[in-house]
Amino acid sequence: MDGFEDMIFGRPEIMEDRPTHFCPGCGHGITQRLIGEVLDELDLQERAVCVASIGCTVTAYAYFKVDGLESAHGRAPAVATAIKRCRPELVPFTLQGDGDLASIGTTEIVHAAARGEKITVIFANNATYGMTGGQLAPTTLIGMYSASTPHGRTVEQSGYPIRMSEMLATLDGPSYITRVSLHNPANVRKAKKAIELAFRAQLAGLGLSFVEVLSMCPINWKVEPVKARQWMADNMIPQFPLGEFKCIPEVEALKKEVKG
Amino acid sequence: MPERTLMGGNIAIAEGAILAGCGAYFGYPITPQNDLLEHMARRMPEEDRIFLQTESELAAINMVYGAAAAGFRSMTSTSSPGFSLQQEGISYMAGSEIPAVIANIMRAGPGLGNIGGAQGDYMQCTRGGGHGDYYLITLAPSSVQDMLDYTMLAFELADKYRNPVLVMADGFLGQVVESVVIRERVKKLPEKKWAITGAAGRPKNIINSFEMNPMDHPARIKLILQKFERMQRNEVRYEGLELEDADIVLVAYGSVARSAMTAMQEARLHKIKVGLLRPITVLPFPYQPLADLAGRGCKFVAAEMSAGQMVEDVRIAVGNRNEIKLVNSWGGVPLTADEIFEAIDLLA
Repeated sequence: MDGFEDMIFGRPEIMEDRPTHFCPGCGHGITQRLIGEVLDELDLQERAVCVASIGCTVTAYAYFKVDGLESAHGRAPAVATAIKRCRPELVPFTLQGDGDLASIGTTEIVHAAARGEKITVIFANNATYGMTGGQLAPTTLIGMYSASTPHGRTVEQSGYPIRMSEMLATLDGPSYITRVSLHNPANVRKAKKAIELAFRAQLAGLGLSFVEVLSMCPINWKVEPVKARQWMADNMIPQFPLGEFKCIPEVEALKKEVKG
Repeated sequence: MPERTLMGGNIAIAEGAILAGCGAYFGYPITPQNDLLEHMARRMPEEDRIFLQTESELAAINMVYGAAAAGFRSMTSTSSPGFSLQQEGISYMAGSEIPAVIANIMRAGPGLGNIGGAQGDYMQCTRGGGHGDYYLITLAPSSVQDMLDYTMLAFELADKYRNPVLVMADGFLGQVVESVVIRERVKKLPEKKWAITGAAGRPKNIINSFEMNPMDHPARIKLILQKFERMQRNEVRYEGLELEDADIVLVAYGSVARSAMTAMQEARLHKIKVGLLRPITVLPFPYQPLADLAGRGCKFVAAEMSAGQMVEDVRIAVGNRNEIKLVNSWGGVPLTADEIFEAIDLLA
């Protein structure tokens, strides 16, 4: 483009030229952008399939220039399973939040993972139900405010938060399970590498690849957007430790290809 | 496969699906259709097609949605409690205009109920079952041949209207073994330009049931409702036996239609002029032919294995002018020809 020879950062080609609907400080915009960059770099525009889910990711297919579809709450891994088994050349990925994946959809993610389905799951963990106004999520922290635990989550009432990455890592089916965070640029870079590796695992025909992304929801946390990232680092990382929980040797071998 | 063979009802559904080019079957075990699932487990890989036993009926219906969205002819089979779980998924498919076939081999409810056959899901099948405004063509086989033929027809109608189609049978019909003609395989499947096949050389395809701008939703629904209207106008199917001179009309479907036929023959031996109107589609229901018979002064006996569900459609067709008697059984117990004959006898 004329006059843009110096441009070194712009909207990924694969992302539609439209504003997103996310709140100020929301993590989804970052996560979806990282996915967009990876899809561009891996040249997946013609093969990727965006399986949107219920929550703030419900309109995900509107932001990517790839085939996309809706799925019922929690069922995205089942929908992606069917697409991949019917058309193995396609690259389906799901984008799911805490309610979708860790609440109503636990059965589907566990079984897709157990079967080693060759799909990629991006799990946005923001410890709340964003779309519906901030109710309790399976990942809400003890003591944390939620719209349905207005005096703070208690163990007596609502038990303990679920660590999905650790839980799924006990299964033999998945090839790659990791938890990353968006709280600062260095970790956003790591998140992108994880997402790229997850897609590379699928392209290599390996079992389910899963990236849990700790993500901000300032509106429902009732924390100012500029403070949300630090809040997340201070409060969520202790409960949801960052790192790899599963990485089979074949995925390990793919790491040298990851640009990031 | 020989041209004619003995086959069980559930197996006939499976083989009908294969003949129709069903490319993906997803199912979960539930009595009384486990033999259908098991048959597909063996046969689909033989045909180089997709089979998967899923973690639940919820997963099954959502996998059917995924495969159908990817352009495959896709089906699941289940029984009443599993069918209840699938209502949300079916509503999504109706709202997204996704074709699929769902076979419900009905058993007695409500709740865990009984594994014996029943027809207690009639309302669930014909009045939506799931949330929102939608209608599903519902085919009601009453012989093993029907189980095969109507399954093939179901795939055709599903693709024709881009809508799920139900094959509604009962547990008894699923187990009955009868002589069946094996139909010719469908050779050419319709093209599906809307399907998820990867956005190569074309704009992206999006499958959804929702509009980003809520103001656009009524217009979208209107188009679908117009489709349902065409569907209901054009796809009524029924079988009429001995209706030309009938004074009393039996209305029955599924395995009850078989008992009804016997009762009809018995009645004729007793010089009672009985005919049978057997709905093939319970949706769209054959209201008009029943209304015509009512206009002629007929009386009606509605026979079904439920507390009285199809009889309400008979009432809609017939109105208040003519007598309608309900003869029924429930709880997983078959309705016998003798019981139907008694009802005819009381009316005659």
